[in-house]
Amino acid sequence: MNFLKLVLVNLGRNKRRTFLTTMSVMVALFLFCALGGVLDTLNAAIEVGSETRLVSRNAISLIFPMPLSYRERIAATPGVSNVTIQNWFGGQDPKDPRNFFAQFAVDGKTFFPIYASDMEIVDASPPQMQVAMPSGMDPKLASYMMERTACVVGEKLMLKNKWKLGQTITLAGTIYPGEWPLTIRAVYRAKNKSFGDETMFFHWDYLSEKGMGGSGSVGVYVLQLSAPDQAADIARKIDATFQNSSAATRTESERAFQAGFVSMYGNLPFVIRVIGLAVAFAILLVAANTMVMAIRERTNEFGVLKTLGFEDGTVFRMVLIEAAAITLIGGSIGAIGAKLLIENSGFNAGGMLPPMSVHWRTVGTGIGVALLVGAVSGLIPAWQASKLRIVDALRRVN
Amino acid sequence: MASIQVRNVRKVYKRDTQEVTVLDGLSLDIPDGDFAGLMGPSGSGKTTLLNLIGGIDAPTSGDIIVGETNIAQVRGPQLARWRSRNIGYIFQLYNLIPVLTALQNVELPLLLLKMSGKERKRRAETALQLVGLGDRMSHYPRQLSGGQEQRVAIARAVVSDPAILLADEPTGDLDRKAGEEILQLLERLNREFKKTIIMVTHDPHAAERATHVHHLDKGVLSQ
Repeated sequence: MNFLKLVLVNLGRNKRRTFLTTMSVMVALFLFCALGGVLDTLNAAIEVGSETRLVSRNAISLIFPMPLSYRERIAATPGVSNVTIQNWFGGQDPKDPRNFFAQFAVDGKTFFPIYASDMEIVDASPPQMQVAMPSGMDPKLASYMMERTACVVGEKLMLKNKWKLGQTITLAGTIYPGEWPLTIRAVYRAKNKSFGDETMFFHWDYLSEKGMGGSGSVGVYVLQLSAPDQAADIARKIDATFQNSSAATRTESERAFQAGFVSMYGNLPFVIRVIGLAVAFAILLVAANTMVMAIRERTNEFGVLKTLGFEDGTVFRMVLIEAAAITLIGGSIGAIGAKLLIENSGFNAGGMLPPMSVHWRTVGTGIGVALLVGAVSGLIPAWQASKLRIVDALRRVN
Repeated sequence: MASIQVRNVRKVYKRDTQEVTVLDGLSLDIPDGDFAGLMGPSGSGKTTLLNLIGGIDAPTSGDIIVGETNIAQVRGPQLARWRSRNIGYIFQLYNLIPVLTALQNVELPLLLLKMSGKERKRRAETALQLVGLGDRMSHYPRQLSGGQEQRVAIARAVVSDPAILLADEPTGDLDRKAGEEILQLLERLNREFKKTIIMVTHDPHAAERATHVHHLDKGVLSQ
């Protein structure tokens, strides 16, 4: 028998109430950390972007394209070593329209070398003949490069849809109408988690010829820099070049571009933080109510303990530890449970975001909040118990 | 030494705007090793006097000198520590903690003293054997009879070896046989272990066990 055991025994006094309170704290902290996980994921989406790559888009909005003719002029800018292009496709799987995943039309010759540090080809169809591959390009992409309607698919997207290498998937275009048969010729795996494994890439030429009548509008240009330390100057120069064109550009680091993309969700972080605070406040009330009831029922016992010589401070600490133990146990299960469940779900908004994750920092914050809620909810009952006059407390019994 | 000197003690309770004088200039000496009985009608101030001597309530005025300490002058944590070392309290309704076993209930006062868990357990076992409950250590209060519960309460009162035992109607909730056993136990603690005992009682039969009986009426000693 020691003080800790005394606290634990008191926790088991009304098992149903302790269990229900612990569960309510657990569910609340699960929600708190899940919301924190959304913020973590949005931040991770921003981190996908590199500070050493630039992205040029239409200055008016991302949804307006730019002429293909910009490519040569951008590539000629000093400090730019390579330029690639990509367009958002936005197709649907006609068999299951709700099965959303991201598709990009890319210029393979430049796209894959630029993103070689973010992804690797883990499976590919063998080429029907030997071809010379552009510099910096994975030789496994030979089959993809030779076929106009070929595509490269992330391995998680393959698994999720039970697709096979060589299988032809027909997408229904939404921005570019019509049926779009695409044959899977290679499978990639993300080298860093935030890049994501659930995207489909196919030939920009195919999109241009079939979907744009050969007009060749470009969604965004991605620039690889030979002098990353001059990124700001290069961006200014490019934007100045097209300032008076029909489609002025806005050039920024890839990370800033991603941040702008994430900001299209609106002020989601603020909403999430407000909900998180509301959840924390709600559990504070639940825990405080439980502790007040638990202490009121034991008024006489505190009188007995004080008669035996327990000091006010000792009684105060016992009640506070009791409250903190309930919230700490519930909170820890909820916070760690949120991390395990959410990360194993692999949810990534159809490839629009990196796989959802809950950082250990968020779990730690959740447990900290639980501890704080325990301390605050126990504060008033602890103070009341410690300030009880012995004769008043004993009178309730006798 | 644990002689008790109560000097000109007044205790006034305030109830709303009214003041109720429970003890009115009471003086009393209880020598070390005495078994004193306190008798009197309800509201005469017996329990209040017991609480004042035990340091669980403070007098409005006057002095209460226990041994060499005037506890009327002691407050807060110092008074709590003094209680834990000098006073064992026995309640009419036992007041055991229902979620603790008999052994754990008896260990409670020892949590306040510096000793190992092993030593705590050994002392609590000894105290329970002393009251004849060596075979009931792992029982919870609800598994014990009233007499057994009161014996556990007595073991809890004596386990830290205080010089003074204060018993507030210790047989008030027991049948005659169980009450007799408790009185014999208190007599033994007084005779063999030299405990100074002050017992509040309504029962003249119980009061016969005391070496001195003090009668209170309306807050003063009547004889």
